Amino acid sequence: MSSLKKSFNIRSRDFIHAGEASITVQQLLKQMRIDPALIRRIAICGYEGEMNVVMHGGDGLYRVEINSDRIVLEISDQGPGIPDIAKAMEKGFSTASDEHREMGFGAGMGLPNMDKNADEMFIESVPGSRTRVRMLFLCKGTK
Amino acid sequence: MKAADLAAQFNLTVVAGKDGLGRTVTGGHCGDLLSEVMANAPVGSIWLTIQVHQNIVAVAVLKEMTAIILTGGNVPDEEARAKADEEKIPIMLSDQRTYDLAGMLYSAGVG
Ligand SMILES: Nc1ncnc2c1ncn2[C@@H]1O[C@H](COP(=O)(O)OP(=O)(O)OP(=O)(O)O)[C@@H](O)[C@H]1O
Ligand SMILES: [Mg+2]
Repeated sequence: MSSLKKSFNIRSRDFIHAGEASITVQQLLKQMRIDPALIRRIAICGYEGEMNVVMHGGDGLYRVEINSDRIVLEISDQGPGIPDIAKAMEKGFSTASDEHREMGFGAGMGLPNMDKNADEMFIESVPGSRTRVRMLFLCKGTK
Repeated sequence: MKAADLAAQFNLTVVAGKDGLGRTVTGGHCGDLLSEVMANAPVGSIWLTIQVHQNIVAVAVLKEMTAIILTGGNVPDEEARAKADEEKIPIMLSDQRTYDLAGMLYSAGVG
């Protein structure tokens, strides 16, 4: 199978459309008969990544690349970046505003959820400039 | 149990997503922190929450939950209703507190 690539724009502060890229990809993966457990892990990572861009980041991009042996999810945005990635990865750490906390965001669980559900995760960030989160998922039992 | 039967049995008002009422409830989850719900809600759940904005529908779809119950007399935003209709995720309303309603559902063997 050749690889299939899709990309979606994510707009900063756009809570109305937040999650739509993840839902579209969930449908696509179902149509492709990808393992349901893997689809669920990708849904969690995509959603948390999209919400982080909407809440904390600048405008961004949700990209997915689907291959027979691996799926790569990349969520990037144009800043303000993450000054301390190790701190951001700690369960419970959050800079969410009170308004966002009232909406149920800001548990500081998004990045830990992503890290737990991806086979591998890499975060790159240039403070003041941009952030990119790359997640790799291995499709077991396929060749 | 079907979502429609659950709504009838527990006197819940269905305000959106009626096209999804035929789906089956196989579990339950209570939670208002969206990342916690993303991490822990089982597939096929009925989800009890006090969050009323449209993002709850995306969470329900992505976690493959069956329906949402807003407890404590909360009502969904207009955007949440529209999204729930579009995604066929029933939103039901209850005046009861989450704890009390969850206890009733659990005792009745839901999930
Ligand atoms: N794309 C991003 N750009 C800038 N900062 C980010 C970005 N993603 C995460 N962060 C920072 O990392 C922190 C932790 O992120 P994480 O997703 O774990 O929790 P949260 O978004 O604050 O809360 P939750 O995801 O539980 O709703 C955020 O509060 C924010 O400070
Ligand atoms: Mg987050």
